[in-house]
Amino acid sequence: MSSETKQILTTDGIPLEVSLKKAEKKNKIKAFLLVAPLLLFLVITYIFPIGDMFMRSVDDRMVTNMLPKTFKAMEKWENLDELPPEEVYRGFYEDYKLLAENQQHGKLGQRLNKEKNGFNTITKKLFRQIKRKKIDESASLKEQINKLHKRWRDVEYWQAIKRTAPPYTASKYLKGMDMYFAADGSIAQVDEDRRIHRILWLRTLEIAFFVTLFCFFMGYPIAHLLATLPMKYSNLLMICVLLPFWTSLLVRTASWMILLQQQGIVNDFFVMIGLVSDDNRPEMMYNKVGTYVAMTQILLPFMVLPLYSVMKTISPSLMRAGKSLGGTPFVAFWKVYFPLTIPGIGAGCLLVFILAIGYYITPALVGGASGTLISNQIAFHMKTTLDWSFASAMGLMLLTGVLVIYWIYNKLVGVDNIKLG
Amino acid sequence: MSKNPEFVKFDKVDKSYDGKVLVVKDLQLDIAEGEFITMLGPSGSGKTTCLMMLAGFETPTHGEILLDGNIISNIPPHKRGIGMVFQNYALFPHMTVYENLAFPLRVRKVGKDEIDKKVDKALSMVSLNGFETRMPAQLSGGQQQRVAVARALVFDPAVVLMDEPLGALDKNLRESMQYEIKHIHESIGVTVVYVTHDQSEALTMSNRIAVFNDGKVQQLSNPAELYEKPVNSFVAEFIGENNTFNGEVVDIDKEKCKVKLANSEILANPISVKSKGEKTTVSLRPERALINPTDKMDNMFSGKIEEVIYHGDHTRVRLNLLGSSEFILKVPNSTSNLELKVSQDINIGWNSVDARALDPK
Repeated sequence: MSSETKQILTTDGIPLEVSLKKAEKKNKIKAFLLVAPLLLFLVITYIFPIGDMFMRSVDDRMVTNMLPKTFKAMEKWENLDELPPEEVYRGFYEDYKLLAENQQHGKLGQRLNKEKNGFNTITKKLFRQIKRKKIDESASLKEQINKLHKRWRDVEYWQAIKRTAPPYTASKYLKGMDMYFAADGSIAQVDEDRRIHRILWLRTLEIAFFVTLFCFFMGYPIAHLLATLPMKYSNLLMICVLLPFWTSLLVRTASWMILLQQQGIVNDFFVMIGLVSDDNRPEMMYNKVGTYVAMTQILLPFMVLPLYSVMKTISPSLMRAGKSLGGTPFVAFWKVYFPLTIPGIGAGCLLVFILAIGYYITPALVGGASGTLISNQIAFHMKTTLDWSFASAMGLMLLTGVLVIYWIYNKLVGVDNIKLG
Repeated sequence: MSKNPEFVKFDKVDKSYDGKVLVVKDLQLDIAEGEFITMLGPSGSGKTTCLMMLAGFETPTHGEILLDGNIISNIPPHKRGIGMVFQNYALFPHMTVYENLAFPLRVRKVGKDEIDKKVDKALSMVSLNGFETRMPAQLSGGQQQRVAVARALVFDPAVVLMDEPLGALDKNLRESMQYEIKHIHESIGVTVVYVTHDQSEALTMSNRIAVFNDGKVQQLSNPAELYEKPVNSFVAEFIGENNTFNGEVVDIDKEKCKVKLANSEILANPISVKSKGEKTTVSLRPERALINPTDKMDNMFSGKIEEVIYHGDHTRVRLNLLGSSEFILKVPNSTSNLELKVSQDINIGWNSVDARALDPK
């Protein structure tokens, strides 16, 4: 500002700048109070649960809290290739005895069994000995415990206990990628025939990719038709596009089950027109085909709507200009119309891909074994194995994956170019 | 090079969209090579439909359109080689000015150097050199319009169609663009078919004007003739301002006819009346009636001033004359200005040659 500028005063002598700011501040507070409930809602329903999920996925305090004396004693265990000293055995015995009195020893057995197979047997053996009071606490506990089972004499089992010492662990995340912490603390791969998660991740990406592709190829002409038809037809078509959108997801998936099953309508039709023989009906459900078909249909509106909103804004005179300037209809489409729809394509594809990658109910119902996705695995651990920390870890990995895809997309197309309508 | 007087020919063309109403009726129109012809008419008169048929976006229901002697009704738009400027410019928003202009050349597989040369030439024609890398959204309305004109001309088409290209511009810009387009036409000699509903635009730019109404060409003539000698009352009404009197012919000879109005009689020039007793609408241009006529005019009346409106270069005076209070007079703003006041009585006169007795409204 130039030095000549005079400070403007209001009639009461307060500088105008100050009094304007005051008025602005009031408005800002009002505006904030209006959005505050939503902000609070977001924090409670979104940020807080994600934080909780993260804590759960890395939380490994159970063993830490159950075996405090053991871990204290293990600090003095120097040569990890040899069995720990007597103090460790004593610490473990005392911890375990306390757990046994509180009926908590079973949990520890299961938890350690996950870390190293065979733990459950030997801790139960120890429990029976304690119950029968067969252990002489004044003598060497190392000798007595070692005598119970040969596995107690195997240093790997003690190393496994030591691995559970830190209160926080990334082991769930490694497990989600079919890896684990080896005995020496390095990261190792699960045996090839037991790698299930990596297959699931890849299959999730594959299915999401192809569903997006199918949606694009089917949605693009529909959206174009919607944008160019006269109002009375386009409204009808729009309702046709939206009608499934308004129908319950479960109902739609169930109807696909009716259509696609081996004795279903689609198969009946194929048999009728002689495409397949009656005793050789193809399986279109409980495999990838079912997942593809049902998910494409369900996610189609998410592709059509952004495309439609973009196409609606493209003046028909642009195509005409392209043609009148000498472009064949294809050239006019490819050089003029198509590039202008890219924001819609970007928005539609991103939307469908991100929805597909976390899809649960449809693959669960029609996917069978070969058509399930990572989210089904998460649900399995939530409901069946009750390994919530693992489910949380995989959920967060999925979230991270989505964010990475968003980031890549932003680099390639630019989020500013997205148009959702 | 001899000019082909039937370079573009509409031969008995009909067009109907719904099979019930003809929007273009039995159109017969020849356009000479190098001519600037304007299709002028109110909206819904069929002028844009004619243009779209010529461009190839609509097909005639009946009749043929010929371009340089060849029937083009079955040729798709991209093979007609007709340049077109659209109402909303229709510049490709994702391409730079250069790419927009290069588009018609690239689809014709013109070499890179040739494209550069032609784009440069076309841009200098509309004085937009140096704008090659701009996007259309970064240009003003007038600049976009020039790019659209340059793009329609860059591939040397035989005919350029313009569909109300100046409709979205403000008045001053529109006027300067009118001259600019006219000059471009004069310098390169391309045939231009121009569609507008703005009569002053049509008068300024065209060699000939086809006035459309109700799917038909009402009059096809050069601007001066169109203004001075309208052949029917629609054209007289549509082009320029007009005073009209409705009446009945009571006496007629070759050069003059007497028209009886509600309570007086005037002399007029019989254009479309043939005999006594016919109803007629007499049309008189406001600038052809004079106040206090000095020379002998064969129509002399006196009227009362109802309203005086100052328009800068002229003053409009509304009079109560011959029983109508809608008689308009244009008084040029000259130094010897008269004192015109409301309620004043003045004498008005005009020559019967300028009062054209046309078909009744």
